[in-house]
Amino acid sequence: MKMMRMINLVRGSVMKIHGLSRASRCLAAEGGVRGLSSSSGPRVCIVGGGPAGFYTAQQLLKARQDAAVDVYERLPVPFGLVRFGVAPDHPEVKNVINTFTQTAQHERCSFHGNVNVGKDVTIDELRQAYHAVVLSYGAEGNRSMGISGEDLPGVFSAKDFVGWYNGLPSNKELRPDLSCETAVILGQGNVALDVARILLAPVEMLKETDITQNALEALAGSKVRRVLIVGRRGPLQIACTIKELREMVNLPNTRADMLPADFEGIAEALKDLPRPRKRLTELMMKAAKEGGDDKAEKCWGFRFFRSPVEVIAGADGKRATGIRLALNKLEGSGESARAEVTGQLEDVDCGLIISSIGYKSIPIDPAVPFDPRRAIVPNEMGRVQDTAGLYCSGWVKRGPTGVIATTMNDSFDTARVLIQDMEAGKLDLSVNKPGAQAITALLQTRGVRTVLFSHWEKINAEEEKRGKFLGKPREKLLDVDEMLKIAWS
Amino acid sequence: MCACALRMFLQRAAVMRTAAHQAFSQTRAFPRCVTGSYTHSRGINTLTSSLRAEEKVTVHFLNRDGKRITVKALTGESLLDVVVNNDLDIDGFGACEGTLACSTCHLIFEEAVYKKLGAVSDEEMDMLDLAYGLTDTSRLGCQVCLRKDLDGMILRVPDMISDARADSEKESSTAPPKV
Repeated sequence: MKMMRMINLVRGSVMKIHGLSRASRCLAAEGGVRGLSSSSGPRVCIVGGGPAGFYTAQQLLKARQDAAVDVYERLPVPFGLVRFGVAPDHPEVKNVINTFTQTAQHERCSFHGNVNVGKDVTIDELRQAYHAVVLSYGAEGNRSMGISGEDLPGVFSAKDFVGWYNGLPSNKELRPDLSCETAVILGQGNVALDVARILLAPVEMLKETDITQNALEALAGSKVRRVLIVGRRGPLQIACTIKELREMVNLPNTRADMLPADFEGIAEALKDLPRPRKRLTELMMKAAKEGGDDKAEKCWGFRFFRSPVEVIAGADGKRATGIRLALNKLEGSGESARAEVTGQLEDVDCGLIISSIGYKSIPIDPAVPFDPRRAIVPNEMGRVQDTAGLYCSGWVKRGPTGVIATTMNDSFDTARVLIQDMEAGKLDLSVNKPGAQAITALLQTRGVRTVLFSHWEKINAEEEKRGKFLGKPREKLLDVDEMLKIAWS
Repeated sequence: MCACALRMFLQRAAVMRTAAHQAFSQTRAFPRCVTGSYTHSRGINTLTSSLRAEEKVTVHFLNRDGKRITVKALTGESLLDVVVNNDLDIDGFGACEGTLACSTCHLIFEEAVYKKLGAVSDEEMDMLDLAYGLTDTSRLGCQVCLRKDLDGMILRVPDMISDARADSEKESSTAPPKV
């Protein structure tokens, strides 16, 4: 690839994205449907244009020089939770978009946005057009707390709250009321900490990120000054990680407010902990002990051994004004410790309740097996149970936990299994499959037009242009119709 | 301040900074999609490497498949630079492009070599803590720069499974439903 090196020399600061096969790495091409009708190589369809979809595509393209991969996505815009989940003040985490962009622009890959698989086209229709189909559509549902009052105004899932400040079209009307002093977050994972941090971060810092303008304005007018992050077990079971905890501790004009009782016995347990857990616990204890500047206007704290049992409504019964928590005790220790009820209850006044207890996958098509208890597609190492030629990767395969790198590894695993099946003859590659041409034609008869990667690039350019005007990296479009108008302009 | 330390300083500043940095560092170079703070760091590398006399250092990578890859690289380059610049076939290496937002550039050093390396910052330690197969001689490749006295070192690329966040979150989600 001498040409690539020459271009790099000339343009000194171009980064070569590592990850694609050296031989097949090529110049960025038009993101259209490639004219591969004469290709006899394997054609793979990927459902979902987030990290799982793109990492699976990447690995497939690298492993088979004759494979063509098409990525289908429901929204007009790609990248899934990298765009809609990663916090606005974590732009480095979004660097993976660069490698996904390279994948989408690969000559053997094409992106098709605005396609609702399960509604516009069925899984069976995709399986007819492709040698293999990979489900990478993630987890768009939400685990519910299962308590009364959960549907009252003032109670939100973290998924929706995060979607709101990150510009997910379906959350644009959320309009959370931020006029209360105290917010309570249930759950203590990194998503919970992201929400807490966005609620308490100085607006001066947020206004330079890609947070949506309407969220920024709402946060600028927010009266929330105190955020409690509640977990049903103890400090040694907390699910968040140290980077996110450190960011809370370092928040300007904010102090930590925790209960010493929650930390009884923790100091003694420190010496036996593995280094990561030990450092995390030490930082937590330091924050609990030192608190911070008493003059700080805002505060946050963990509350341990507490489970939500009821959302308390105000006198008019129309909105949440508090939450009732059950106090727990711990049976066992370490990662497998269990929370047991004690019978004691505690009421906390608050006007904003955010439940951050996990996302949940939903079934996409009746033809696809689904395990409702675990909320995943049943599979063995990525091969969907009892369904030849159907695979899965990412959260829909393993459950909604882990960071992007976790999904990356998982997607690579699924891709390898698929390649193995190709090479072992488990997929009949002797049959020619029409791929995207057939599906695009079928969608057209149903009045569905796809958004190609080059169309997304127009949306991208428009968002960056609007962002520049506001001093932000981008101002996300919130409306699907507006996205489509710009995409096809 | 040597080129590598300068670049490290800039990278750490980049981590602390908000996305305003990203807007600033975007070079509209071909392909137009390539953005991010790594591009900025690469620009610094190119600049500073032309200011120094280039010195070659030999580095051996012991890959996950057991194969040894030997490369000659320049002093001042980070180990992430070395992997990227030499197109080494290491799956998923450097996902966040050297901004201390992941642990995919995790490398295991020989003990004697590890001791020669500088102190580990809190930011690096925080991400290293999440790496699968963490050892006492582990470092993140994007934070270690080549020097003459590291010539001939052997680096082991650890196996890549989920990082600690997946494990800890998995525990919570498989914990029994509350009563």
